[in-house]
Amino acid sequence: MTLKDWTLPLIVLAAAAVLAPLPVVAGSYWMALLVNILMYATLATAWALFSGPTHYVSLATAAFFGLGAYTMAFLGEKLPLPLVYGVAALIGAVVATIVGLSTLRLSGVYFVIFTFGLAELVRQLVTWGEAKYGGTVGRFVFIDVTQQGIYWMLLGLLVLILLTGFAIQRSRLGWALRAIGEDETVARHAGIDTTVSKVAVFVVSATFMTVVGAIMAPRWTYIDPSIAFNPIISFQVLIMALLGGASRLYGPILGVVPLAILFEILQANFPNSFSILLGLAFLVIVYFVPNGIVGLIDQGRGAFIRATRRRPHPAE
Amino acid sequence: MSTFKPTRRAVVGGIAAAASLAAPQVRAQAGPVKIGFSISKTGPNAGGANVTTLPNYQLWLKETNDAGGLKLPGGQRRPVEFVEYDDRSQSEEAVRNIERLVNQDKVDLLLPPWGTAMNLAVAPSFNRGGFPHLASTFFVERQPELVKRWTNMFLFLDRPSTAITALTDLLATLKDKGLGNTVALASVQDQFGLELVSAARAGIARAGFQIVMDRQYPPGTQDLAPIVSEAARLKPDMFLAFSYPPDTLALTEQARIGGLNPKVFYTAVGTAFPLYKQRFGANAEGVMGIGGVDVTNAKIKDYIERHNRIVGREPDRWASTTTYSTLQVLTQAIERVGIDKAAIIRDVGSQSFETILGTIKFVDNQRVDQWWVGQWQQGEFVALAPTKVGGTKAPVFPKPAWPTA
Repeated sequence: MTLKDWTLPLIVLAAAAVLAPLPVVAGSYWMALLVNILMYATLATAWALFSGPTHYVSLATAAFFGLGAYTMAFLGEKLPLPLVYGVAALIGAVVATIVGLSTLRLSGVYFVIFTFGLAELVRQLVTWGEAKYGGTVGRFVFIDVTQQGIYWMLLGLLVLILLTGFAIQRSRLGWALRAIGEDETVARHAGIDTTVSKVAVFVVSATFMTVVGAIMAPRWTYIDPSIAFNPIISFQVLIMALLGGASRLYGPILGVVPLAILFEILQANFPNSFSILLGLAFLVIVYFVPNGIVGLIDQGRGAFIRATRRRPHPAE
Repeated sequence: MSTFKPTRRAVVGGIAAAASLAAPQVRAQAGPVKIGFSISKTGPNAGGANVTTLPNYQLWLKETNDAGGLKLPGGQRRPVEFVEYDDRSQSEEAVRNIERLVNQDKVDLLLPPWGTAMNLAVAPSFNRGGFPHLASTFFVERQPELVKRWTNMFLFLDRPSTAITALTDLLATLKDKGLGNTVALASVQDQFGLELVSAARAGIARAGFQIVMDRQYPPGTQDLAPIVSEAARLKPDMFLAFSYPPDTLALTEQARIGGLNPKVFYTAVGTAFPLYKQRFGANAEGVMGIGGVDVTNAKIKDYIERHNRIVGREPDRWASTTTYSTLQVLTQAIERVGIDKAAIIRDVGSQSFETILGTIKFVDNQRVDQWWVGQWQQGEFVALAPTKVGGTKAPVFPKPAWPTA
């Protein structure tokens, strides 16, 4: 590997090192905002690992997030915490494998609708199971994890996701995924085992989402299926990732940060017209930033390069 | 890049606005008392929050400020100012709103959100900040354990099992009046419905009744006709539904259409809503439900009149009165000890309070005596049980058949 290959991982680690001591100086309110940003940053980056290169739009984020939250609710008081995160990751991986193998043959809008249905399916299954065997549907999560603790765990996870994404991009798998994204039929004819490639990355992405759910659950003390499998999580992740741009590894983060701050400002200053203003903000974004912030950056860079190239031309 | 500028400017402006809010505010003692809350103004919880919680907060704010403000131990008064946010029925938003209220808006006191899940979500934040948490729409079996964990929490509703005991005791007394043995149960499949129905199964067995049907449906189910027609076929003596407002309305409507005419017809949340009476009119007569108030009580009559006049609509006949009583308790505690969070918690836990619901005295942070079964009788939702609380009426039994509409 050349020096250039190491740039991104080094930037990621350096940024994490800068962000890590924030809880020492930030007050409780800022921590709450930072945790929110990190939660969506991890989810959106994990989402883009799969959906970015393959162009398969997934709305299953809430399904995996909820599974993680429930794993914490079931096992949090029974097992040591690190083990619970491990179990959550395992459950996420297993479910994603089953789901991936059975559905990644779908494409386009069928896949979108299926993944949306998946969150609902898992929610109903959990409700049914709880009602039948648990005797109650709500679960208490009495685990003392501080806001700082959640922040550090999410930050660590984000670093892990970015490094994993970096490794995938550099591997044969990354090339295979990009080929699938361009044209799946051609990719298959070129000898790529498309199913295996898609399922592998879907599983990686879902595993990370499940762990995010497990990390966040103790913050709410109480979860029930409608809290854990809230479809709004899926939509918000999708919107944030698209605003940032899913074509780059760091793209979703560029969408999460401004949107999370925008949500916060609207919520704090216009609590009674939040939804209307949010809708307007989305219209503006779709209209003016159709390719995401990454697209703007690329466009800007393109213009810069063109400009610098053109200047020495003697005919002008 | 230029197209993105307006948003960025808005962001910067917003941050500046947020920062100005965060600036330390040194207020004279005579300045307003800042009281914050986060409530579900939108989303699935909005219905309950808008009937039970928010109108009472508004009523209390207006009455307090019209009187010159909150009375302090020295006799002087300070006006109240609300800082309110919408949590859009999401736990995460509720937690963040409370963090913002405590750390940015620097509120003096907090009022709780609507609903069990929301109260649980914000409970650790209330506890961490040392805020008194006087919860009125909070209803779970594990309450005794929770108030040990959060000693700043006071629960104005007792547990599901208590509600069920009141109901089954009442039903047992109707046995000699010709109530048969068979019960059909329907319940919403969430924490509320499940805790009630599991307590009900045990209570029904204790009372010597027989369950002929036991159906559950997911929250938000639109079509409840199959459940009602099954019950209608079985012709049970009692139909008990542990339901939420939309299902309560749907079940009643279906029962009327489908000719389900049991001697006891009980639905849970929503039965006590004014909407129920508006929707069903004379059909409501004899329907039992959760809650109930003593309508002959002068204080409650007066409360209903003021609620009508100031908020512009009627309160419900269950948790509305309870919510208003939480505010009365808070007002009286402040009058004794001032705006001192720790002192208020001590005062609420140890003293008695005169409220529209009578004298309230907490036993281990829980309020024990309250009405659990109500019934529509001639256009009012009256309390039937438990009779030891006082102010109850004799039930209309058997429930008259649905009049043909």
